[in-house]
Amino acid sequence: MSEASPAKAYALHLGVIALLFVLSFVLPEYYYGLLARIMVLAVFAMGYNMLFGYVGLLSLGHAMFFGAGLYGAGLAIIQLGWSVPLAFLGGIACGAVLALMIGLLALRTTGVAFMIVTMMFAQVFYLLILYFATWTGGDQGQVVPQPARVLNFGATSLDLTNPTVRYMSALALFSLVLLVTLAIVRSRYGRVLVAIRENEERTKMLGYDTFSNKLIAVVVSGTICAASGAAYALLFGYVGSSFASVQYSILPLLWVLLGGAATTLGPLIGTVFMYYVIDVTSGYTSAYLLIVGVALILLVLFFPKGILGSIRQRWLGWLP
Amino acid sequence: MHFGPHLLLAALEGLVTSAVLALTALGLSLVFGVMRVVNVAHGEFFMLGAVLAWAITTAIGGHPALGFLAALVIAPLIVGAIALVAERLVLRRLNYNPEATIVATIGMLYIIQQLALSFYGPEARPVEPPFSYRILLPWFGYSGYKLSIIATSALLLIATWLVLTRTRIGLIMRATQYDSETAQAFGIPVGRVYGGVFALGAMLAAVAAVLIVPISQAHYLMGQDPLLLSFIVVIIGGLGSLRGTVVAAVLIGLSDGIISMFFSPTLAKIIATLLVAMVLVFRPQGLFGTASR
Repeated sequence: MSEASPAKAYALHLGVIALLFVLSFVLPEYYYGLLARIMVLAVFAMGYNMLFGYVGLLSLGHAMFFGAGLYGAGLAIIQLGWSVPLAFLGGIACGAVLALMIGLLALRTTGVAFMIVTMMFAQVFYLLILYFATWTGGDQGQVVPQPARVLNFGATSLDLTNPTVRYMSALALFSLVLLVTLAIVRSRYGRVLVAIRENEERTKMLGYDTFSNKLIAVVVSGTICAASGAAYALLFGYVGSSFASVQYSILPLLWVLLGGAATTLGPLIGTVFMYYVIDVTSGYTSAYLLIVGVALILLVLFFPKGILGSIRQRWLGWLP
Repeated sequence: MHFGPHLLLAALEGLVTSAVLALTALGLSLVFGVMRVVNVAHGEFFMLGAVLAWAITTAIGGHPALGFLAALVIAPLIVGAIALVAERLVLRRLNYNPEATIVATIGMLYIIQQLALSFYGPEARPVEPPFSYRILLPWFGYSGYKLSIIATSALLLIATWLVLTRTRIGLIMRATQYDSETAQAFGIPVGRVYGGVFALGAMLAAVAAVLIVPISQAHYLMGQDPLLLSFIVVIIGGLGSLRGTVVAAVLIGLSDGIISMFFSPTLAKIIATLLVAMVLVFRPQGLFGTASR
């Protein structure tokens, strides 16, 4: 796949990051805000892709990892009064621990049962948020107050509600996760994951412990999704139960399918594209769910490899 | 009220839930059993049945029983036809690949939900029950219509059981479920059987919805809970087992009714969902059948 040209792959990814940086100076205000949000959600999609694309495990419960980060960071600030960096790390830790627990349980199943088990755990997580409404704010959600979203470094302070700071923070997180996933999928470990996806039995026979490899993948995937959730809470200041609902488990699947599963840049392309399509069509109709539904069916029927996956298959075999 | 009457009331409410749930879950179980397709859009077929029941009773007017009976016949037929079209256009082309069909039925879920929102609207609308007769129990009067739901559901379940075990159609369905390739080799039109089973599954959900709509109103988001509960029933009851489905539905319905009455509905759902997830985790092969054949 990508063996031939490590330099080319890294150049491409650094190029994309540079492009996003340059774009921040030319974009009009509205798209500037939108792109910051898309980058945070693309991190969510990249986390999802880690498991779905590279290991071939279709989870229908990743909203709980996003939610764990979102609530972990948000509630740490609202209820406990933690500082921003501490809350961010707290949110990520919540996601990592939850992913470890869910992985240990759910990985005992495969295929269809895995999807249903992950969906059910996510549903329990969602219902728990509603049940403990006194702390979580229930289905109303809670707003993270603006003064709590300021980073202090001695004399200087960074206000995360400032559009420029917000864009650059989102870009920093996005770049970090993009480069980390690129490094993971190019590593020896990444090859083992793909081998498990292609033929788990054979991988087992080659002497790999597939369970622990898959477990690590679930934890990495959950942690990345939690990082996205934690960033969302801190940058956009809203913590709500809808982000933990089934719909938010399905959206990253849609973005990844659209952009191309098992491609490092696919999640970004899918997220950008879907947001753009919804943005354009919502000018004509409010039938947002219809578009999501039709897109899912058309993708799975005619375009199972997604945009970047098809490009890789036809023209650019070296894409990671 | 004292504890005894309270418990009886909770049990009755639970039984009504069980009756509707058994029909809905049976549809899901048949589709998964025969076709190996997890139909995530099943709850939306349920919702569609309720919404159509509202539309039909409103259009017909007159005595409520008239409109209701018409809805009970027409709504499932329309839903079945829609399901058949969806099966032909989408599922068949995916070759019934389990993972692809899940994504595709999620797509159907959104499409149906959005169409219901666009054409029917976000309001919850009531349907008048066909009769309003109260049966006097020692402590309180109870809706005769609710009791008739239990009876109707029981009749329909027995009818389905007879069709599955005593008729040629049932034999063909069981043969396809057991080994679709061999069935094909023996001249059974497997493609048509799949289409029919998918439509039948949707129709069972629609019937259940028409029965429940006079006591719970029609709403475009009403499909979510039945879907989740049906999953739970199908997993606990074991696949393709009618008896298991009914027993599990009664179990889930009763415990849901009782926990909801004495604690909180959310807690009831949390406990049931968590328990079933654990069942699936620790006994996947035993309870989810032979998924890899």
